[in-house]
Amino acid sequence: MFPRTEMLDLVVADGRARGVVTRDMVSGHIESHSADAVVLATGGYSNVFYLSTNAKGCNATAIWRAHRRGAYFANPCYTQIHPTCIPQHGEYQSKLTLMSESLRNDGRIWVPAAAGDARAANEIPEGERDYYLERRYPAFGNLVPRDIASRAAKAVCDGGQGVGQSGRGVYLDFADAISRLGKDAITAKYGNLFEMYERITGEDPYQIPMRIYPAPHYTMGGLWVDYNLMSTLQGLFVIGEANFSDHGANRLGASALMQGLADGYFVLPYTIGDYLSRHIGEGRLATDHSAFQRVETEVGDRLKRLLEVQGKRTVDSLHRELGNICIEFCGMSRRAAGLEQAIGEIAALREEYWQNLKLLGTGEEINQSLEKAGRVGDYFELAELMCRDALLRGESCGTHFREEHQSPEGEAVRNDEDYTHVAAWEFKGVSKEPAMHKEPLHFENLALSQRSYK
Amino acid sequence: MRLTLRVWRQRNQQAAGRFETYGISDASPDMSFLEMLDVLNEDLLAGGTDPIAFEHDCREGICGACGLMINGVAHGPERGTATCQLHLRKFQDGDSICIEPWRSRAFPVLKDLIVDRTPFDRIIQQGGFISVNTGSAPEANLIPVPKAVAEGAMDAAECIGCGACVAQCPNGAAQLFTGAKISHLALLPQGRPERAQRVLKMVRAMEDHFGSCSNFAECEAVCPKEISIDVIGRMNREFATALLIGSNESANS
Repeated sequence: MFPRTEMLDLVVADGRARGVVTRDMVSGHIESHSADAVVLATGGYSNVFYLSTNAKGCNATAIWRAHRRGAYFANPCYTQIHPTCIPQHGEYQSKLTLMSESLRNDGRIWVPAAAGDARAANEIPEGERDYYLERRYPAFGNLVPRDIASRAAKAVCDGGQGVGQSGRGVYLDFADAISRLGKDAITAKYGNLFEMYERITGEDPYQIPMRIYPAPHYTMGGLWVDYNLMSTLQGLFVIGEANFSDHGANRLGASALMQGLADGYFVLPYTIGDYLSRHIGEGRLATDHSAFQRVETEVGDRLKRLLEVQGKRTVDSLHRELGNICIEFCGMSRRAAGLEQAIGEIAALREEYWQNLKLLGTGEEINQSLEKAGRVGDYFELAELMCRDALLRGESCGTHFREEHQSPEGEAVRNDEDYTHVAAWEFKGVSKEPAMHKEPLHFENLALSQRSYK
Repeated sequence: MRLTLRVWRQRNQQAAGRFETYGISDASPDMSFLEMLDVLNEDLLAGGTDPIAFEHDCREGICGACGLMINGVAHGPERGTATCQLHLRKFQDGDSICIEPWRSRAFPVLKDLIVDRTPFDRIIQQGGFISVNTGSAPEANLIPVPKAVAEGAMDAAECIGCGACVAQCPNGAAQLFTGAKISHLALLPQGRPERAQRVLKMVRAMEDHFGSCSNFAECEAVCPKEISIDVIGRMNREFATALLIGSNESANS
């Protein structure tokens, strides 16, 4: 076990992953680790949006570095925005707290029917409330899938009906459930969630409705893997949210847990043997081999460059700005002009990062700003790929909603003829166009159809 | 809100540390405690001062990474609340707040407010897990577990390993942490095969690094998951039973 150690690059030799290079986060020491195979279980990239439900330490460096070394990145634009999170309450907001989706079993979602209605929730009579999910989707009501619920929340807030200081919030109301089932039943089911909400907002959900708003949460995109969970790089395996498999353009609750268990517990222990069996007796590559030495030097150089910029902007300010661009142009709703603008703005911001980053201290000590700086650097490149992927996919599919491809009622319209494929991207260099490889999807047992929740 | 912060600064494990005082003039009561430190850090960075290093991750009270002594109390003034869940509305305008890392010999300070909690890893490595084969799961419903027992196990399993119990204990003991893990696994059928071995090994690891328990119950008072000292009682019982009766695994246990 190597606590307080961060993987900063992958070592590839003869087309095979042979190990990783890490940085000790206490001493700053750069070290090579040689391996028979490399498994990445490093999670998703929702923190590209800065504000997400992910922990602050979550980052995409491991998979991005592997992508730069040759592992294809599939469907980066498939990012899930979870509908029930506590809304942002200030510029200093550090993350968005998830309120469990189970709340939607009993809560009713509504906004004031009139835009700009600033009355307190309990002062708005029933007749002046818009239970918009129940209205738009009578069959599923408040239980529509996450992408539908998120887009609907955004739509009503865009139309001025949003609640809370920022106008970016909708109500999740338990008044009916409490009067129907009794407070004790609600406490038994949701007591800890209600407490959590009250700790953060200071409001009591037993008395006034919860305020929620969608927030980035899970990423279906990730490194491409085959059925053995091996990436396009021999010997590099990717499991859990870090890969693109198991989930297509959408995902339901608790499936990340399923994916973690399935990939790590049921699948990989069997499938990794297939690769290892082809190399029995070969031994590992020594860490003094030039392949390791070269990567160690590159890692060290990159860290040095970051420390030497000595500009004026903090990492967090750059990360926040990147997050704003991504959520605005590549969030719940996307359109061609916006994505092109985003690609340009992200490239410019990445340049600014390399010219104007401010870091203090050295690399030979605990330096949390340096740690963050490396991760944000990778996020710039990932964000650009995410926007390119969203731009290229000219249809609305699952969580990827293109405004140019919607029905008159505002529902997603897919283009199965042209887009029934996985978009697997190959890295070609930082300022170069990546190459997209299509993996066609063949549906043998199911017929593709249109979702309807009416 | 205006606040005055006295914060422990320490360059690294070998350096001597000291308190530094910082003034905050425009904190919002809706800010979380750590967001307040984030904002302070941005100001320090802009002014050319090394920002305050502190551990955090989930910012929701479930990962156990964060942990600060706030005015001498582990995780601050609110019961059942981790540092990251504490919000400034629990303080008054003009308050003075003293912020320190966990204070325990077992947790050396690495930098500023970051401590090394590796001794907890040592305890867990000695048995804080069950051994199963990967590849297929038995049908869970075939092993009936009374609901009350399952709830008891879940209550103990809520331990996030933050170390507040150790930090607050006048003896620097880790009984609540170790007891929670042992209780969690001893209560469930899956924990039975290694039950005796586990408690003997984990308690020995615990005693290698931490002080002894004299029933202050300070730990229970500051635990962000409100774990009861019942888990300590259960651990003591499990330990005594394991010593007296032993396990089936070896004649020498």
